[in-house]
Amino acid sequence: MTRVSSRSGQAGRVRVRAGAGDRSFRLVAVLAGGVVLVILALIVLSTTNQAWPAFRHMGLRFFTSSRWAPPDNEFGALSFIYGTAVVSVLALVLAVPVSLGLAVHQSVFAPPKARAAAIYTIDLLAAVPSVVWGLWGFLVLRAPMQDFYQKVSDVLSPVPLVGRLFEGPVSGLSFATAGTILALMITPIITSLSREVMDTVPVAQKEAAWALGCTRWEMIRGAIWPYSKGGIIGAVVLGLGRAMGETIAVALVIGSSGQVTARLFAAGDALPSQIANQFNESEGLFRSALIALGVTLFAFTILVNLGARAVITRSTQHAHGAAR
Amino acid sequence: MTTSRSSSANVARRHGVDRLVTLAVHAAVLVAAIPLLLLVYYVTAKGVRMISVEFLTDSLPLSARRKSGGIGPAIIGTLLCTALAAAMAIPLGVLGAIYLNEYGKTSRTASVLRFLANVLAGVPSIVMGLFVYAAFVLRFDGQGRIAFAGALALACLMLPIIIRSGEEMLRLVPNNLREASMALGASQSRTILTVVLPAALPGITSGAMIAVARAAGETAPVLFTIGYATKANWNPFSGPNTTLAQFIFGNAGQPFPAAVDRAWGAAFTLIVLVLALTLGSRILAARFSSR
Repeated sequence: MTRVSSRSGQAGRVRVRAGAGDRSFRLVAVLAGGVVLVILALIVLSTTNQAWPAFRHMGLRFFTSSRWAPPDNEFGALSFIYGTAVVSVLALVLAVPVSLGLAVHQSVFAPPKARAAAIYTIDLLAAVPSVVWGLWGFLVLRAPMQDFYQKVSDVLSPVPLVGRLFEGPVSGLSFATAGTILALMITPIITSLSREVMDTVPVAQKEAAWALGCTRWEMIRGAIWPYSKGGIIGAVVLGLGRAMGETIAVALVIGSSGQVTARLFAAGDALPSQIANQFNESEGLFRSALIALGVTLFAFTILVNLGARAVITRSTQHAHGAAR
Repeated sequence: MTTSRSSSANVARRHGVDRLVTLAVHAAVLVAAIPLLLLVYYVTAKGVRMISVEFLTDSLPLSARRKSGGIGPAIIGTLLCTALAAAMAIPLGVLGAIYLNEYGKTSRTASVLRFLANVLAGVPSIVMGLFVYAAFVLRFDGQGRIAFAGALALACLMLPIIIRSGEEMLRLVPNNLREASMALGASQSRTILTVVLPAALPGITSGAMIAVARAAGETAPVLFTIGYATKANWNPFSGPNTTLAQFIFGNAGQPFPAAVDRAWGAAFTLIVLVLALTLGSRILAARFSSR
């Protein structure tokens, strides 16, 4: 049987004899790709440049102080950094179990038609604009959430240690509400990435598990989980990155009062929501400080995303290695 | 060996666990579906009664307190910004994808660009807004808040999505199409433009529509870059503008019932627009993969 070597050889040889038109098309394509580099460089340079006066004015206290008082030219971002961390972690705690349940449902349980319908629905969930989630959270969810928090607080706040998380007074606009809305917003991305990873588990592995008489759960635990663990962790970290950068929904439901507190039912503030709510009313050093918040957020999300990519790349290499 | 009694207890336990997991998985589906249904219900129930020809075409109210006024300028602003962003990001993104899949492949440059596209995809949308504010709006001394600036921010957001989905779609084009074209003596650029690209077009379009849908619903990138206009402004290069998402954000927190009603009406309009784009892209994608 003759086999045409698919990618490498042929394209390479043609390229050597490429004409002028061919070369210029290639150049245009490279330049288009290069725009990505230019944009990233400009993002870093222009925002850091604008943020510099605030960084210089505050020094390290920008990250360690939680006193944010624009009239006094005091810009400590700690409470916003803290708020971003709290709502993102809360969003993960709420979204990960549901997302993994959904992914398992689509990958293992659902018959083809139900699976297609579920994927459609998840896509629609992903398409709902952030500001619409925020509007709904602000106008509809707020009151019932406050009642709910009050009940939870009454029951759980006397519990030692954990109780501090649930102490009152409770607010309908709070870390907890922001975390809930964020969880809804990152569920689609974690679900669809996890499902894709689970779908790459070789059929032979699953069938081997069935042949050993495994129940469905044992098959999931023994065949799917070891194989897709890395990819799922990557998906979760990508979800974290998304949650950290999410702005408008959080700006509407977090309560806009920056504070460092263990109380989840208290109003707080996060990096992006503080920027969104204050930017158009700011000037001078205040505006520079808000851009500095943006630079901080940018640095955090990049780190988280790179971490996620590294995990995913490593795990897919593992998976491919195992498949061969 | 276990005795038969304990092994049957074991089997019962295993099946019990299995049933519990099945229950949990179905509960997860319910937990995810309920908020979506509630959201769609509220936006539809509160939004539909606002919709009328006047609401969709009238100028924005000068005061949030007033009952009159529509969202016409915001619809125009949304379409203008999104279309302009698409006009910039789609050609660049598709060309970038062509470079990655047809020329660069596994080369060093291509891996670096692929990596950077992933980094760009992770940049929060509000940072895109700050970036365009710092790099563009500030240069025009108070005249920089225009629809084009918002379009720039949205284009930066769309670009990585289009590059990544475009590369995926080009990768799906079978290699023997390329080989056949080259065997006929076509140059590589001609092969790409007349054979590969048409074959991948439905998939690329679907990816681009997802990106457009996402851009149309974004608030953070336009918040600092396009200003605010109450009258329709068709010129993207001069004068401030308004988008639906920005209008909803501005009205949601208002204490006046009329403003809140308008926010619901605008939210319904926006969701219809975005869902239509998303569904359209799904249908295209399904047609592509079934061929």
